[in-house]
Amino acid sequence: MTEYVLIESRDPFESRDTEFVEQTAIAIKERGHRVTVFLLQNGVFAARKTMSRLQRLADAGVIVLADDFSLRERGITAAELAQGVEESGINSLVDTITQPNTKAIWH
Amino acid sequence: MKERTLTLALMDPPYESANSTTAFRIIYAALEQGINVNVFAYEGAVCLALKDQSPHANPVKGTSLDDEEHPTTKAFVSSLLAMGVDKPRLTWVNCGLCVDERGAANAVDGVRRGSPADFFKMAGESTNTLVIPTK
Repeated sequence: MTEYVLIESRDPFESRDTEFVEQTAIAIKERGHRVTVFLLQNGVFAARKTMSRLQRLADAGVIVLADDFSLRERGITAAELAQGVEESGINSLVDTITQPNTKAIWH
Repeated sequence: MKERTLTLALMDPPYESANSTTAFRIIYAALEQGINVNVFAYEGAVCLALKDQSPHANPVKGTSLDDEEHPTTKAFVSSLLAMGVDKPRLTWVNCGLCVDERGAANAVDGVRRGSPADFFKMAGESTNTLVIPTK
């Protein structure tokens, strides 16, 4: 089993192709791999509970993490995060993507 | 644990994108964790390390150079290279052709000139490679 880390840096309102990342994450998960979507920069706008689009990722078993630094920069608190989204940090991202058999893809 | 190495390909020029800040954060975090880092700076990213950058005052706001404390990307690169001087090691390679196109040969100490062949070699020898493209 390979671990895939999809790093989403784009604002879902600005970039329609963020949907492609979500579809890809689910498709990889369905093939039996471990998948993490790591939201950072404007990508964390999708993490708010007022948006429901990431629920399908959580439902599919994809791990969804949001960068704490990016959240703070944008005034998003932990209490505002959607169910299934966990606050994380760059240290965790670096540790994960430097493990064997892990693929890291930036979008 | 076996020694780990992360290779990054950067493309954004300085002062344009949050990608540069994130890349610096990733490099810092990796070095802090004892992970070796290779950077291949491509296209506008070769200017991140340009020694000719200088901070500035803000005449519109009437603030001085000291008031502004304007961070330059060359200072970030130098600080990271100082962190990664030995173990863990930070290797920073600027694409030579990109440097020539931009007249950006005057880089801070520790940056060396190379080519995409270096990126290929670094990627092959690393635990993982992350490409951070321009949008």
